[in-house]
Amino acid sequence: MEKLKYALYTGCTARESTPELLKSTMAIADKLGIELVLLDEASCCGASHLQDFDDMLSLVLNARNICYAEKLGLDMVTICNTCQLNTALTKDRLDNDPELKAKVNEKLAEVGLEYKGTATVKHFLYALQDDYGYDKIAEQVTNPISDINVASFYGCHNIRPSHLQNKTNGGENPYKPVSLDNLVVALGGNAVEYESKNKCCGFHVELQNPTTANRLSGTAMLDAIDQNADVMVTPCPLCHLRMDVQQHGISKEIGREVNIPVLHLPQMVGIALGLDPKDLGLHHNVVQSGLDL
Amino acid sequence: MSIETKKLKFKVFRFNKDTDYLPHYDTFEMNVTKDELILDVMNRIKWEHDGTFTYRRSCRHGICGSCAVKVNTKPTLACKDRVFDLVDLYGEELVIEPQDIKRAYKDMVIDKENFWNKYNSVQPYLVADIDEFPTEENIVTVEEAELIDEADYCIACGSCFYACPAVSVNDEYVGPMALTKAWRFNADVRDTATDSRLDSLQQLGSGIWDCVKCNECAEACPKELDPIGKITKLHLQTFERENNLKNVAVRHAVGFKWSIQKHGILDEGELVRYSEGNIGVMKHIPEAIAMFKRGKIVMPWNMPKSKNLDEIKKLVEITSTAKY
Repeated sequence: MEKLKYALYTGCTARESTPELLKSTMAIADKLGIELVLLDEASCCGASHLQDFDDMLSLVLNARNICYAEKLGLDMVTICNTCQLNTALTKDRLDNDPELKAKVNEKLAEVGLEYKGTATVKHFLYALQDDYGYDKIAEQVTNPISDINVASFYGCHNIRPSHLQNKTNGGENPYKPVSLDNLVVALGGNAVEYESKNKCCGFHVELQNPTTANRLSGTAMLDAIDQNADVMVTPCPLCHLRMDVQQHGISKEIGREVNIPVLHLPQMVGIALGLDPKDLGLHHNVVQSGLDL
Repeated sequence: MSIETKKLKFKVFRFNKDTDYLPHYDTFEMNVTKDELILDVMNRIKWEHDGTFTYRRSCRHGICGSCAVKVNTKPTLACKDRVFDLVDLYGEELVIEPQDIKRAYKDMVIDKENFWNKYNSVQPYLVADIDEFPTEENIVTVEEAELIDEADYCIACGSCFYACPAVSVNDEYVGPMALTKAWRFNADVRDTATDSRLDSLQQLGSGIWDCVKCNECAEACPKELDPIGKITKLHLQTFERENNLKNVAVRHAVGFKWSIQKHGILDEGELVRYSEGNIGVMKHIPEAIAMFKRGKIVMPWNMPKSKNLDEIKKLVEITSTAKY
């Protein structure tokens, strides 16, 4: 197989509040022989909030980010579900509306860029699933995660709206997603079956309505705990921030102790590949796993 | 010619509020042909197996919105979704449940009072001074009609509302259907109540800022009306009409532009301070300390910036028209 190479759009959190996500992504890519070129020019995607304030600006900024992947002649991978949604939404709107694309390109021309629409945009999870292949990852597992029950938490913006996401997520069914569970199994783990795996963590209303946010993440986490999960795993750093950092507030809101470690997707892969916990940034997780990984 | 048939199991939610303490599930096995809909299956359960099975139905054409249920948790308009398509997704056992189990009255019939109360709360009608004796036509152009963005096609089936997680944990939140209806009239050039609707819709707790952005509504809508897209349009409309309350959610949305202009990527800490204000930000200190201990807080002097930041600054300058 030819070596896979992508332009990596890290998003903001991987460079700030979840440094472990970027570390572990680079570590497993290196181990698996996938080349990731960092898009250091990229800006924030607007996180679905700039989109509420200034639609045209969010289109122009996201189109600019894609331009840099196009300039490298590479497809883009994302490691944040919300970056994935906003980048894919922008691409979809521009690719299907020549007039809008021309308007955006008029702005981009002012800084010497042009959005063409040549690069695909997919989350790293689906690059592993569809381009690299779980069987090939399974062959390289040296430390199977077989003693622990792993609850996959998919995060909304990788699976919905499906008409958009299905272009690059292998046709994942938003009501019955399987990609993360299958990865857990490929790594030798026990995939926990629980109803809340495709539910919302509430991150986007954390400031204005912490009660809603805590109830949503709390319900999902208790569901995982009640199905005997030892650990949760997510492909989204925003879900991670919510569920790893906010367990105290969540427990207080829902009146039951929520105490469960939450891993980023590449951290889990890295553990199974036998990588050094330090290189996976496990020391950055607020809730330490305490498991013999 | 043989017709393709499958032998399937249907696990069906049963409950009668008047007589039952707890609900149970009945299983019905039947041969289903490839063009049968979930509504056909519900009819056959009632006609061939159990006459007490209760559900709402009327038009059978995807217009009345009465027969909405959930199949294997997927919001489903029973007269629209083919059984075989659902078998492709979920296998040969399908679970049919009402839209919201907690509100079940009898089998598939639920109490929709909360749904209709929310709908009624957004002035879901045209508010306009109508000249009873006009001397000329009151013309709405095609372009003006397109602003409504098909929101008038909503059939009020409740699929989005009972799929919305924010609705499920926040009794005050009006939800995606009411907001879609609000957009339908706020985008109508004849309407004169746009600002008064926006005033009530931007209250924290109940309105547009309590959407959790999960896209469940977009996934659920059988008419593919993208309710969350309409919620976004309402957000944008508050800025276009310069009709904003100065609350934390509004500042949060605006803060992204402010932060992007400064660094390209987001300054997470500053964004929270900008949104909450100098006093409000204090309540985040405990989690900030927990994060700091784990090396999750970037100090201002180490704040990363996007490469070619000048480009980003220029694009913000020449593109941004939104006012705050």
